[in-house]
Amino acid sequence: MEKMVAYSGNQAIAEAMRQINPDVCAAYPITPQTELMQQFASFVADGLVDTELVTVESEHSAMSACIGASAAGGRVMTATSAQGMALMWEVMYCASGLRLPIVMTIVNRALNAPLNIHGDHSDSMGARDSGWIQLYSENAQEAYDNLVQAVKIGEEPSVRLPVAVCYDGFITSHSIERMELLEDEEVKGFVGPYQNKFHPLLDVDHPVTYGPVDLQDYYTEHKRQQTEAMKKAMPVILKVAKEYEKLSGRRYGYFEEYRMDGAEIGMLILNSSAGTAKEVVDDLRASGVPAGLLKLRVFRPFPFQEITAALKQLKVLAIMDRCESFGAMGGPVFNEVRSALLDLERPPLTFNYIYGLGGREPTLAEIQRAFSRAQKVLASGKVEVFHDYLQVRE
Amino acid sequence: MSTANAPAVKPITVKQISQRPEVLTGGHRLCPGCGAPIALRQILLASDYPVVLANATGCVEVSTSIFPYTSWRAPWIHNAFENAAATISGAEAMYRSLKRQGRIPRDREIRFIAIGGDGGTYDIGLQSLSGALERGHRFLYVCYNNEGYMNTGIQRSSASPLGADTTTSPVGTVIPGKREFRKNLTEIVAAHEIPYVAQSATIPNRWGELINKARKALEAPGPSFINVLASCNRGWRHDMDETLELTQLAVDTCYWPLYEVVNGEYRLTYKPKEKKPVAEWLKRQGRFRHLFLPENEGIIQRLQEKVDRDWEQLLEKCGEK
Repeated sequence: MEKMVAYSGNQAIAEAMRQINPDVCAAYPITPQTELMQQFASFVADGLVDTELVTVESEHSAMSACIGASAAGGRVMTATSAQGMALMWEVMYCASGLRLPIVMTIVNRALNAPLNIHGDHSDSMGARDSGWIQLYSENAQEAYDNLVQAVKIGEEPSVRLPVAVCYDGFITSHSIERMELLEDEEVKGFVGPYQNKFHPLLDVDHPVTYGPVDLQDYYTEHKRQQTEAMKKAMPVILKVAKEYEKLSGRRYGYFEEYRMDGAEIGMLILNSSAGTAKEVVDDLRASGVPAGLLKLRVFRPFPFQEITAALKQLKVLAIMDRCESFGAMGGPVFNEVRSALLDLERPPLTFNYIYGLGGREPTLAEIQRAFSRAQKVLASGKVEVFHDYLQVRE
Repeated sequence: MSTANAPAVKPITVKQISQRPEVLTGGHRLCPGCGAPIALRQILLASDYPVVLANATGCVEVSTSIFPYTSWRAPWIHNAFENAAATISGAEAMYRSLKRQGRIPRDREIRFIAIGGDGGTYDIGLQSLSGALERGHRFLYVCYNNEGYMNTGIQRSSASPLGADTTTSPVGTVIPGKREFRKNLTEIVAAHEIPYVAQSATIPNRWGELINKARKALEAPGPSFINVLASCNRGWRHDMDETLELTQLAVDTCYWPLYEVVNGEYRLTYKPKEKKPVAEWLKRQGRFRHLFLPENEGIIQRLQEKVDRDWEQLLEKCGEK
């Protein structure tokens, strides 16, 4: 039985965390994540969860304490944004290198300087090589659904990797939307009890050394194993999605294809702006333009083969990045998607728009402009400028 | 604070120690004569219960865990340089959570120990330490203080004494070594008003000094801290068989006084019969050789004055005056 509610993204995640009931949670306030942990702290204060809430003095310590707690042997969660995630940076690599299935919500926000508290993807995109699985969410519902699935994906014995669930600051974190919650018992049953199979620190009868010095003779093999774990996460993500669909009726995959049937021009986008883009696609289709959309959910592991297969019939693709990769050949999503498409015999022409920086939410007209450009490229068969800003005063 | 809550811990006997298995085994790659493993072995032998350890990056960490080998007979985690306190606080929080939920037997006692050098504690790990102390986790933080970044090649830290010749405070033609006094970390930790704080050293004159402080620390009902002086003969520049002798001299010159703060009450745990001049300790170490040149006399004098002033203040705090 599902319960219909009107929740903000942060509320939805706090609620999911209450239902998941992690053993330890270590966190530090940062806009726009703060409200989430505030809500969860009230669940702790009211005795609604068994969680030991460690209110640390920084995000670096938040992730460090999560690592200690997870290695000790139990379910661990945290949440952060922007500068907070940047401060965690060093230890995010330790979490994945130690193969600890910590689940972290990243409420996407721009990085300082200049200081900006609003939504963009600079934080999580910057951590794309940190060894964390990354799931992106269009709205509160998807954030909630992703968080419940994240626990199961990360803890799968063949995977054992930390998972980040991302959604946009303010537009998703603070806007109230209609969404459906699972019953407490359903979530509890879905995530199941935490399995301690790897002699955690608290197994004092079987002492294990975590995080040793690992030199030229072994380091490469251990990194190779992490790569292998990411590969193994691919089928696990789909398996968990299938199980979740049975429970919730909502279908998830590596990405969502929206009106891609017969599409010639397309857009690839992540998170909240996908909602705006769908509206534009509907309008275009109504006026006879063969437009489609691919909303990427899983950025790590990067499902390059599946993306290529889904986009192969397109003639032009606008790839949208809500963060800049300064000095690179376009944003991070552009680089990877374009690279994946190059194996096609006739890859679609691609161009990159940087959009939405620091909370500059794209309007219907702006997304429409990106599609218009795609139509022009389709007509001319040429991409003049492959990397451009969608909404900027030059 | 009253002493009513002071941990009542029986001193350990040599016989008891001899019957306990070593947690830090032989075969590690720390230098001959290193003070750190001497101190750590004593601390680890002090616990009546199994221990879980978090080790900051540093000499001890890199020398005891070279994959696929390990010197640790207890669960041990290295996370990064600045976060041993935060890491152990997470493990301790998990222990409390699982115990409360009945997923660990309620009578299962485990002690949590974080280990860091002075770089990982006085400097880069100070925030993490302060946070974990304030949050009241039940753990012992051990700082093995060799007064510099010895693992990276003898750089100055905020624990290095005035005048020390290090690779980042080298003696040059213009600057005669480190220009600042060391930080008093033991007092900074004591200001957190935790149940147990101690300054200690492995001195031959009193074998039970460190191990019995560790016992009190491990039985304290909240965070505890021991700052233990641990000579690095590579950085201090002395012969490797002089470690304990020099440690004794550091204590007998009152450069490194031994005391504890139990629930806010100061107690001197060792009073030298005769307070020796600090120069006796300095002149045995190559890192202070330049201080004995005529032009640097003033530095030894400043060091002596600081030691005297700190010692007098400590005696007062300990009710010895």
